[in-house]
Amino acid sequence: MAAAAGIAGVLVLAGCGGTSSGGAAQLNWYITNPSASVFIDAAASCSAASGGAYQINVRYLPSDADGQRQQLVRRLAARDSSLDILGLDVTWTPEFAEAGWIQPWPEAKANQVRNGTFETSLQTGTYKNQLYSAPFNTNTQLLWYRKDLVPTPPKTWDEMIAMSEQLAQQGKPHLLETPGAQYEGLTVWFNTMVSSAGGQILNDAGTQSALGPPALTALATMQKFATSVAADPSLSNQKEDAARLAFEGGKAAFELNYPFIYPSAKKNAPDLFKNLGYAVYPRVVADKPSKVTIGGFNLAVSQYSKNPQQAFDAIQCLRGRDNQIANATGAGLPPTLTDIYQNPPPGFVDSYPFYKEIFASLNQASVRPQTPAYQSLSILIARILSPPSAISPQQNLDSMQGSIASALQSKGLIP
Amino acid sequence: MSTTVEAESKRGEQTGAARGGGLSERSRAERKLGWTLIAPAAIVMILVTAYPVGYAIYLSLQRYDLRFPAQAQFVWFSNYAEVLTSGIWWNSVWVTVFITVISVSLEFVLGFAAAMLMHRTIFARGTVRTAVLIPYGIVTVVAAYSWNYAWTPSTGYLANLLPNGAAPLTETFPALAIIIVAEVWKTTPFMAILLLAGLSLVDESLLNAAKVDGATAWQRFLKITVPMIKPAILVALLFRTLDAFRIFDNIYILTNGSAGTGSVSVVDYDNLTIALNLGIGSAISILIFIAVAIIAFLFVKGFGAAAPGQEVK
Repeated sequence: MAAAAGIAGVLVLAGCGGTSSGGAAQLNWYITNPSASVFIDAAASCSAASGGAYQINVRYLPSDADGQRQQLVRRLAARDSSLDILGLDVTWTPEFAEAGWIQPWPEAKANQVRNGTFETSLQTGTYKNQLYSAPFNTNTQLLWYRKDLVPTPPKTWDEMIAMSEQLAQQGKPHLLETPGAQYEGLTVWFNTMVSSAGGQILNDAGTQSALGPPALTALATMQKFATSVAADPSLSNQKEDAARLAFEGGKAAFELNYPFIYPSAKKNAPDLFKNLGYAVYPRVVADKPSKVTIGGFNLAVSQYSKNPQQAFDAIQCLRGRDNQIANATGAGLPPTLTDIYQNPPPGFVDSYPFYKEIFASLNQASVRPQTPAYQSLSILIARILSPPSAISPQQNLDSMQGSIASALQSKGLIP
Repeated sequence: MSTTVEAESKRGEQTGAARGGGLSERSRAERKLGWTLIAPAAIVMILVTAYPVGYAIYLSLQRYDLRFPAQAQFVWFSNYAEVLTSGIWWNSVWVTVFITVISVSLEFVLGFAAAMLMHRTIFARGTVRTAVLIPYGIVTVVAAYSWNYAWTPSTGYLANLLPNGAAPLTETFPALAIIIVAEVWKTTPFMAILLLAGLSLVDESLLNAAKVDGATAWQRFLKITVPMIKPAILVALLFRTLDAFRIFDNIYILTNGSAGTGSVSVVDYDNLTIALNLGIGSAISILIFIAVAIIAFLFVKGFGAAAPGQEVK
């Protein structure tokens, strides 16, 4: 009897022991797994630099965006207090903020974040004029082309399609590889085209559709490309990786894709790599610069975290200049601090010889609609525009108006 | 001795007769004991299932989107109206019915053939039965991934048998065909096992008598075997139809519901976890619940006296 009581007592005390470790606040950082151990290194160096104030533990999420979102959403909806720092895709901030799952940054720390960060990246982290998440890394598409086939890169989509037709007549590789499957990438492409034509999908308040003549121009250009010789027959099945493989396979002259294809081409297609050129995304309208839709990750603090102030400080360190450079050179994640592009360290230039094009793109970029209903919106838009060869501008525009209106009011189903 | 027993049973009958043709004292006591013994399990089951079902009904009566928590309000049956007038819902219903009817029919025929084989085999009984059961023993998701990779163009060995550039998983009918093949491959063993249990109950002497009387093998099969294993057929078809109606794993892994291949469960999942629309998602769940109840009811009614446990005492 006494032995049982003694054991029970010890167990109770052992359970109590964990909370009063009297030292560093334990911060759990939930982020997607990069291709290298850069996040673990950053967490270790920031924990050391904090002088015992906090200890960052890296917890990996699935590699696909939908998987990451599901894991985070379930736990936040259940008010799990073991989440502190969250790695959010750039489209999730309005959703998580409106649902009350992330905390707004205190003004003083928010101003520190805003200082030296790209305007467009900050837009993705802001909701109702408050900063909810700090930009961590970004991503943007460039035009990649083969210099042996195309001496000067095209400036507009029409030019590019004409060049492709000319190459086709000469019997040379002439395709333009770009993702066109029915998924988030299709919505991103549409957003890029509409923004480049001078319009946007939603109004600034995010309350209703703003689709108009620029959208018609964008849809007409997308349809012109998808029905021309420049389009790959498997356009409607391709995501980013399939486009990369097709370009490396040698049947294309152009590619519109993210910078991850650069080290891949260097490794897998060295002959092609020798003639690989890069330029800014082509314009839709000759007199308006192209506005590519950015991707990337932001860092936010969970509403249910037990140590929010330490979490804000930890994020400041994790997105500091040195860590962002390490992420860029080690894992290929483009930084969000303007200074790195204006005063690049040597290692950065070696991995990112196209950093000037990225800098130019990021300075005139666009973002996806900033609304909590974005996920539904994206699925409905991708459904309407798939396959790209069947786009009918006015008809699709009308369908999108209807779908957007119901999605914003949580009405209607998503497929 | 006998007089006491007779008197007792007479008394029991009289009491029974007095209650208007009810049960005897002993039957009542047995029945009461039966209820008492299953009461704890029944209570736990009701608590565990009734609360979530009740909560789902409660949620389905509200416009409740987790992304806009401040706007939750009661809208009574307008969620149901939205679901029942949505093209997406009806497309998923027809896809589900299509998959259910075709896959259950195929499984029934193939399962019956496999059951007959397992029943009649003389050599290597254990090996044959184990070999037939292997697909059922593999985790559904793992099998679905291997089918997915097999049908992916340029890397899949099955996709390479098709003309170049064909991506069957991205078109509606080819994708549905692949899903049905994966389903049938996976659960035919389950059908076979249930039917085998039924086949073991068929009396060999009846079949021999029929053979002596000059019945052909096909006649023996149709007139003796099938009617005798009707309860087993009912159980097998009922379970498989209910499961096939709620199909999710194979579709989620193979196509994720794209190209219009989403079943009712996939549409439910999308609306609950991607759109975080608890109101619409719960309404869809309740509609699936009702559909499954209707299927079960129709099956039991349709098979009538052949249902297990329906024999007259």
